[in-house]
Amino acid sequence: MKARETTAGLLWSSPWIVGFSAFLLVPLALSLWYSFTDYPLLKPPVYVGLANYKALLNDARFWLVVKNTAIYAALVIPLCTILALALAAALATPRLRLARFFTAIIFLPTLVPMMATAMIWLWLYNARYGLINNILAAVGLPGPNWLENPAFAMPALVLTALWGVGQMVVVYIAAINEVPAALYEAAMLDGMGPVRRFWNVTVPMISPAILFNVITLTIGSMQAFVMPYVLFRNERGQRAAGDLYNLYLYDNAFVYQKFGHASAMAWMQLLVVLALTGLMMLAGRKLVYYRRGK
Amino acid sequence: MTRSRTTLAYVLLAGAAVCFLFPLIWMFATSIKPEAQAASARLSLLPDPASSAPGVAADNYAAVWNDASILFPLYLRNTLVVAALSVVGMTLSSAIAAYGLSRVRWRGRGAVFVTVLLTLMIPFPVLMVPLYMVFRDLGWIGSLKPLWVPAWFGGAFNIFLLRQFFLGIPAELDEAARLDGCGHWTIFWRVIVPLSKPALAVVALFHFIYVWNDFLAPLVFLTHRDQFTLALGLQMYQSKAGLTPWNLLMAASTMVVLPVLAVFLLTQRAFVRGIAATGLKE
Repeated sequence: MKARETTAGLLWSSPWIVGFSAFLLVPLALSLWYSFTDYPLLKPPVYVGLANYKALLNDARFWLVVKNTAIYAALVIPLCTILALALAAALATPRLRLARFFTAIIFLPTLVPMMATAMIWLWLYNARYGLINNILAAVGLPGPNWLENPAFAMPALVLTALWGVGQMVVVYIAAINEVPAALYEAAMLDGMGPVRRFWNVTVPMISPAILFNVITLTIGSMQAFVMPYVLFRNERGQRAAGDLYNLYLYDNAFVYQKFGHASAMAWMQLLVVLALTGLMMLAGRKLVYYRRGK
Repeated sequence: MTRSRTTLAYVLLAGAAVCFLFPLIWMFATSIKPEAQAASARLSLLPDPASSAPGVAADNYAAVWNDASILFPLYLRNTLVVAALSVVGMTLSSAIAAYGLSRVRWRGRGAVFVTVLLTLMIPFPVLMVPLYMVFRDLGWIGSLKPLWVPAWFGGAFNIFLLRQFFLGIPAELDEAARLDGCGHWTIFWRVIVPLSKPALAVVALFHFIYVWNDFLAPLVFLTHRDQFTLALGLQMYQSKAGLTPWNLLMAASTMVVLPVLAVFLLTQRAFVRGIAATGLKE
């Protein structure tokens, strides 16, 4: 009976187990092997030891994309978290009219296909006719060349990420709604104002959701691709100020056809993502408050 | 105190609503203007004269639909084919795997489930090079297969979502069915699936949006112009030699956005519930 259930369990899980092996485990192993090889598209891979890793560590564009991606993540993670928490706190105001209407509007941009989002921002940022510079001109301010001026590239990119904060807001609202009302009543009896209630009651109570969102944001910001691809690329290649890690990975693979380099980059990224996620989960054990039971 | 807090919330939310909505409104406004008015310093939402809007809109959208450099009808068809095949495959296979990880008791179930969760952390760009090689060796590069076949093996996130839902269905229901002599297959179709329609709908919805929006996989795996999906076609349209006029580019973007927004508006409740569920609970 027990053995039959084990067979049944394996059988039912088999679609995922097969897919996991074919489209994840095998590719990951292959990619690790490629990362130690010289592999141009049409020839078989040749083992070269750590040469790809060494070449990357001596490569100026590699360090540029590492730096840019780190800056991008360092801006996006806190700014998105603060904005999402502020919006969720506002939306959770008791007896707020139109809360569902506001939630829907804030959520809407996250549904817009990334490519269309990129087109919209390309147009908004246009130096001559873009809406942002038109509005700045209407109030007498000179508008910068958002996408070509290196100083404005990163802020422009981060702003587009903030526009997509709606999904996190929805997660935070759901978490805030789960906080027992009695806690707020107790805090009010203690004479806490709304700001202190938010910091001392809401934030600790929703800390599992915060941890979840911060981890998702970290993985997501390290993977940014479509937006910088559209905003900062032309026939001559990627503009340095808007060059991120996965763009160089993509170029290595599908433009320069150095699959060895691309695979080495992929594995370094994977290790960094796993290490950061692990660290955050560890930190979460200390910082995150989990309610007992369900 | 309370009133000032409510006022503050309204001010913040009204400001946010304008910032979040206006880019979409501006996209649409640009798409119904003639080229010369779109590329100008005018801040108006409607073309001048306003009465020309329907005519200009019809011209712009027809121009995109018939443009030989984007092949909009063909890309729409490709996207719908990929979406239909992957949504069916993803929903069915994720439900089957989730059943094995929730309603069947077996050793190793916990370990498999943890592995499912771990794979959520693996970024797609890490896999794209070796996947390209795998698909090339399978002879799939140059077809739509790389975009939909993997969906038939389930997705970690969807399995997670469905497993949580299945665990909430009372075990007595299976036991009653088992006493009647039903096996897992019958229990799955007669008990679990009918009770899980809302969760299955959320998975189907999420996956439809995912496929519709995906850019990187089509960029890497599709080689022939005739196979492009809408997201890829839109990018090619924008970057083609000889600049695409902004009003047409925004019309094309609107046409890519509208189906997703329509699906969302029709299913808003299920959707928001599904998203909220993702952030809660281990």
